[in-house]
Amino acid sequence: MVHWSAEEKQLIASVWSKVNVEECGAEALARLLIVYPWTQRFFASFGNLSSPTAILGNPKVRAHGKKVLTSFGEAVKNLDNIKVTYAKLSELHCEKLHVDPENFRLLGDILIIVLASHFARDFTPACQFAWQKLVGVVAHALARKYH
Amino acid sequence: MVLSANDKSNVKGVFSKISSHAEEYGAETLERMFTTYPQTKTYFPHFDLHHGSAQIKAHGKKVATALIEAANHIDDIAGALSKLSDLHAQKLRVDPVNFKLLGQCFLVVMAIHHPSALTPEVHASLDKFLCAVGNVLTSKYR
Repeated sequence: MVHWSAEEKQLIASVWSKVNVEECGAEALARLLIVYPWTQRFFASFGNLSSPTAILGNPKVRAHGKKVLTSFGEAVKNLDNIKVTYAKLSELHCEKLHVDPENFRLLGDILIIVLASHFARDFTPACQFAWQKLVGVVAHALARKYH
Repeated sequence: MVLSANDKSNVKGVFSKISSHAEEYGAETLERMFTTYPQTKTYFPHFDLHHGSAQIKAHGKKVATALIEAANHIDDIAGALSKLSDLHAQKLRVDPVNFKLLGQCFLVVMAIHHPSALTPEVHASLDKFLCAVGNVLTSKYR
């Protein structure tokens, strides 16, 4: 089980309480698709992903980004139980969605950058540490049921 | 992975904004890297790694200067960083995985200080550029 210090929990909760899940989620997913264009392979049904402008304006990208980050909120609410929280989602990503777990790490890194751009100096090194740890734990949990 | 004309222009644009902050951003990048990825400290047992350390400032300036140099010679990064590439291969031997970690922290610093400059397109170009720099610095490893 992952150990979270009281400070880490506080830093995570404090940032999360100020996150606009819809905006951040949309931006994180859009940036993933723009910065690492090969990730578009999972979203052939999303319509126009032909340019950064198209991606940023794509309503399916926005909606899916919100869905993904909302799910991320489950990890924030269940820091001591992330493995169990994501067990079913892990199976889904393996068996139905066939997503290489490396993509979870890529999205995690992008999320950190989005948070940094929104929180600026409030996103202290200690904050970055806690959040980088969290995205790593989430990525690991999502990969855990792969077979 | 090749830097397009747009990538080069995006990277040069960003670096023209930050060249006067080289020491500050370099130091902050390193500090974040040491804090976020403690394993990176293993390469600096001889450093004082406390916040504000003179050694981190000096080394941050070196790292940022090298990135600026690469951006200024973006058509020939391998040529511009050839000596640094030798140094990393023969002496420093920093495991290749760490360049990505440094790159991530550099992007975070950019996001914090220049969020409006770090559009998704510029973010993509910078990420590619940092990958290219990492590749050059590890190109002579074996």
